[in-house]
Amino acid sequence: MYPNDRRYTKDHEWIQLADNLGTIGITDYAQHELGDVVFVELPSAGTKVYAGKSMGTVESVKAVSEIYSPVTGEVVETNAALATAPETINSDPHGAAWLVKVRVNNAEAQTKGLMDAAAYQAFISEKEKGAAH
Amino acid sequence: MVDFGGWDMPVEYSGIVAEHAAVRTAAGLFDVSHMGEISVEGARALELVQKVTSNDAARLAIGQAQYTGLMNPAGAFVDDFLLHKISDTHYFLCVNAGNQDGDYDYIVSHNTFGAKTENAGPRYSQLALQGPKSQAILERLTPAAVGALKYYRFTFGPVAGVDCLIARTGYTGEDGFELYFSPEHSEKVWGALLEFGAGEGLIPCGLGARNTLRLEAGMCLYGHEIDATITAWEANLGWIVKMDKGEFVGREALAKQKAEGAKRMLVGFEMLDRLIARDACTVYAAGREIGRVTSGSPSVFLRKNIGMALVETGSSAVGTEILIGIRTHRAAARVVPLPFYKRAK
Repeated sequence: MYPNDRRYTKDHEWIQLADNLGTIGITDYAQHELGDVVFVELPSAGTKVYAGKSMGTVESVKAVSEIYSPVTGEVVETNAALATAPETINSDPHGAAWLVKVRVNNAEAQTKGLMDAAAYQAFISEKEKGAAH
Repeated sequence: MVDFGGWDMPVEYSGIVAEHAAVRTAAGLFDVSHMGEISVEGARALELVQKVTSNDAARLAIGQAQYTGLMNPAGAFVDDFLLHKISDTHYFLCVNAGNQDGDYDYIVSHNTFGAKTENAGPRYSQLALQGPKSQAILERLTPAAVGALKYYRFTFGPVAGVDCLIARTGYTGEDGFELYFSPEHSEKVWGALLEFGAGEGLIPCGLGARNTLRLEAGMCLYGHEIDATITAWEANLGWIVKMDKGEFVGREALAKQKAEGAKRMLVGFEMLDRLIARDACTVYAAGREIGRVTSGSPSVFLRKNIGMALVETGSSAVGTEILIGIRTHRAAARVVPLPFYKRAK
């Protein structure tokens, strides 16, 4: 379910690193919790983002959710396709629906505290167990 | 599942967008068993009902339902509900879940008419079958003449073999039926409707779609468009206030406000900017605060972002441009007529 080629935050974002470029998205768990996504507001290229700070929002019919940047860096590209097809976040959250690409310094150091796929899977399994009643 | 006033309620099954579209184009089934029921019976039951509500219950025929307000002395809402006239001496109220006990106590406190009252919520389950295919689906499961039932009329009959009060009412802006029956049969009725309705496109729907559907239909939700501080005039519900019916709680305050004019009004708005207004967002005009959003949502079905807001009367005319505070933005919107959606007859 959760790809091994990236790392995950407790706020349900993922980041995939290629050298000093990080691609950021939200997880399948997050899109499922939100339901039908209808709007995303993302930082434009050149914007500085900060680890753990809000860098945008994703909205479903029922709710607004902040997107927290997993790292500190500078946005180099925003996924423009999401402006007209935000529902891609529901259908392909780990692929076509990446949100932004960020230039990151000390990428390894910045992401080593994040979860790998197995840890994230365990993290959400715990949450789901807690939610069941 | 979300906790809704102590009830575990599904927000969505297959997704709000799909469920909403099903109700507009085929049919949807809602479990609204959280809704409360109150029974008022007795030779002077009508007098008690007339005393505490704003609409004129004397105009009801047996087998007819009416939308009305349970009023406080300020002319604002203790609750809003559907009043069903079962007989000349028996009225059946379907009230909001969260207000059920308060409503009951309030009605009892005004019962100087010797009426027998019952807080009957636990004795009823309620399912809402809504959408243009509702009649065709229901007819497969009941011998009752539901096709002959007019809007806001009700009858009694078995559905899937279970005795029901069958009302042609709803909270979606579509044709449909609301069924009240004894809770031990819930799974049976729910299952039979879904089974017999599947071919017509019937799907189960949750609270999320119920909210977007009622918002498009311009219907009020207690705690949002109406509450104990918002009067019937302010909420655009003058059509359920019958000043000529005689004395009722809140009448004096409503007469005074009618003479003076309400200072704020509920309006519908449509976003001009590509942002979505949500409940409690602040509304601005001419550089100052003029009100707040009472309900806001994307309407995927109408392809626009809509909402209702309580604003100063001076900014309530259709066509008025307003600004809505959404996160760090002040987003443009325009006052539009309500409802946003009206079904073709």
